Amino acid sequence: MTQTDSFDDLRDLYQEVILDHGRRPRHAQRLEAFDATAKGDNPMCGDRVQVWVKLDADTIDRVGFEARGCAISVASADLMVETVLRRSRADTKALFEAFRTLARTGVCSDCAAALAEPMERLAPLAGVHEYPSRVKCATLPWHALIAALDGTKEASSE
Amino acid sequence: MNVMTNPAALDVAPLDVGRIRQDFPILTQTIRGKPLVFLDSAASAQKPRVVIDAMVHAMETQYANVHRGLHWMSERTTEAYEAARDAVAELMNANDRSEVVFVRNSTEAINLLAHSYGRGVLKRGQAVVISGMEHHSNIVPWQLLRDAHGIELRVAPITDAGELDMAAFEALLEDGKVGLVAITHMSNVLGSITPAERIVRIAHAHGAKVMFDGSQAIVHRKIDVRALGCDFYVWTGHKLYGPTGIGVLWGKRDLLERMPPFLGGGDMISSVTYEQSTWAAVPHKFEAGTPAILEGIGLKAAVDYVRAVGYDAMAAHEASLTEHALSRLAAVDGLRVLGQAQDRGGVISFTLDKAHAHDVATLLDRQGIAVRAGHHCAEPLMHRFNLDSTARASFGIYTTHAEIDALADGLIRVREFFK
Repeated sequence: MTQTDSFDDLRDLYQEVILDHGRRPRHAQRLEAFDATAKGDNPMCGDRVQVWVKLDADTIDRVGFEARGCAISVASADLMVETVLRRSRADTKALFEAFRTLARTGVCSDCAAALAEPMERLAPLAGVHEYPSRVKCATLPWHALIAALDGTKEASSE
Repeated sequence: MNVMTNPAALDVAPLDVGRIRQDFPILTQTIRGKPLVFLDSAASAQKPRVVIDAMVHAMETQYANVHRGLHWMSERTTEAYEAARDAVAELMNANDRSEVVFVRNSTEAINLLAHSYGRGVLKRGQAVVISGMEHHSNIVPWQLLRDAHGIELRVAPITDAGELDMAAFEALLEDGKVGLVAITHMSNVLGSITPAERIVRIAHAHGAKVMFDGSQAIVHRKIDVRALGCDFYVWTGHKLYGPTGIGVLWGKRDLLERMPPFLGGGDMISSVTYEQSTWAAVPHKFEAGTPAILEGIGLKAAVDYVRAVGYDAMAAHEASLTEHALSRLAAVDGLRVLGQAQDRGGVISFTLDKAHAHDVATLLDRQGIAVRAGHHCAEPLMHRFNLDSTARASFGIYTTHAEIDALADGLIRVREFFK
């Protein structure tokens, strides 16, 4: 596919999975019934996300989000939902820490083996580490999710 | 005299961009293996060799603190630093060099004004008028003044074309309560140039003083403060090919003299006792502490450089670039340019359907093209157009038509990529 090849220089950050989830997010919806919600706001660039969580005891049962932002932030929110479903709060926080390391450094060499599967799912976002100003785009939905789980109403990306 | 010279009407020799580019060492850099296409000069411009050399030369051969040493080095440094004040006064056609106050940047200049003119001269119950296309630096200081000092803040709306709504502007002044109009001379988002002389006429007719935020305009048009008739004019050095850390507040001398100091400390006093202190004459009353000495010296080199190139040639070059860019961008599917002001400078904000501004900027960066994306420190203006962010390309004297072609071609690729 020559058409695809001519975009090689653009693909290291914008892999197909990111373009796909950025364009057609599967979980971009407000939940009617939820136990927790929080907003994330990146005042530097105007990205905004709200996350709704439905819990089943200590387990994440459903997550929905609404995002106004770039392809990276929307795709990251969507992939986040896919990797946290049926996970406990503690596991979700551990996954967030591992993902944050991945986004900042491009690798997570000492990530727990138990996280290998979800981390592989999130790996297409590792390219943001080359763009310090875009790391926040990828981590903002996670900050909102953790804020919802912690019962704080608003999160700001670091 | 028409100070806002219309470049199209002028018959000036075209700028030799190839030669200009040789003056800017950074332009030989490559980014990700591609030649740097720098289209972010409105955020901060690159520096010519003469500015770099002036600052290095000062550090290597004649540097000491200014205004206080009785020794050779201090006297030479003071001369070099104060020569910047003369250069700026001449550049702006000020009546008097003492009307030029050095500050850190436009933001500090406006904060100085909001503090010293706002609290010192304006009275509770009076109002300040800004416009709907201000940078945050010309919004927030007035909000602080409003909240601390009971000054009303009024916002003159802009039209869909991105021009100041002159009828609405005049209506805001009719009750005679407005003490100061603080308005941009050129929008950092839309590129719109405001009708400065008309604004001054209307404001003065209603008893209001006028400050222009010239952060962008100073780069694009010759500013003659006497012809404009305004009362204050602020700008920053780093956008005019000078160093960061130095900006200018120009004010009419009688107004500056009526204003209390902003920051207190050394250099701004006449004498100090524990009971009371007296202030130095303007401009030093507003220049507390050791100033940005090297930056002042660099600013003089930048002003000299710009004057040697000539505003007529710069404006004509920019008009040609802007026309070319608007025509190339209009041919990009799904691209929308924000604002269609009749009088505009070389700053173009745009959105691309299917791709967020940040993605556009990152994907252009992959192609070696630097643009800015975001709200451009003008959130209320973004909201006026129902947007969170735009991408923005802005031009300098070193920008070439080929670089604008690279931008347009790059955007066509981005659009294809996001299809």
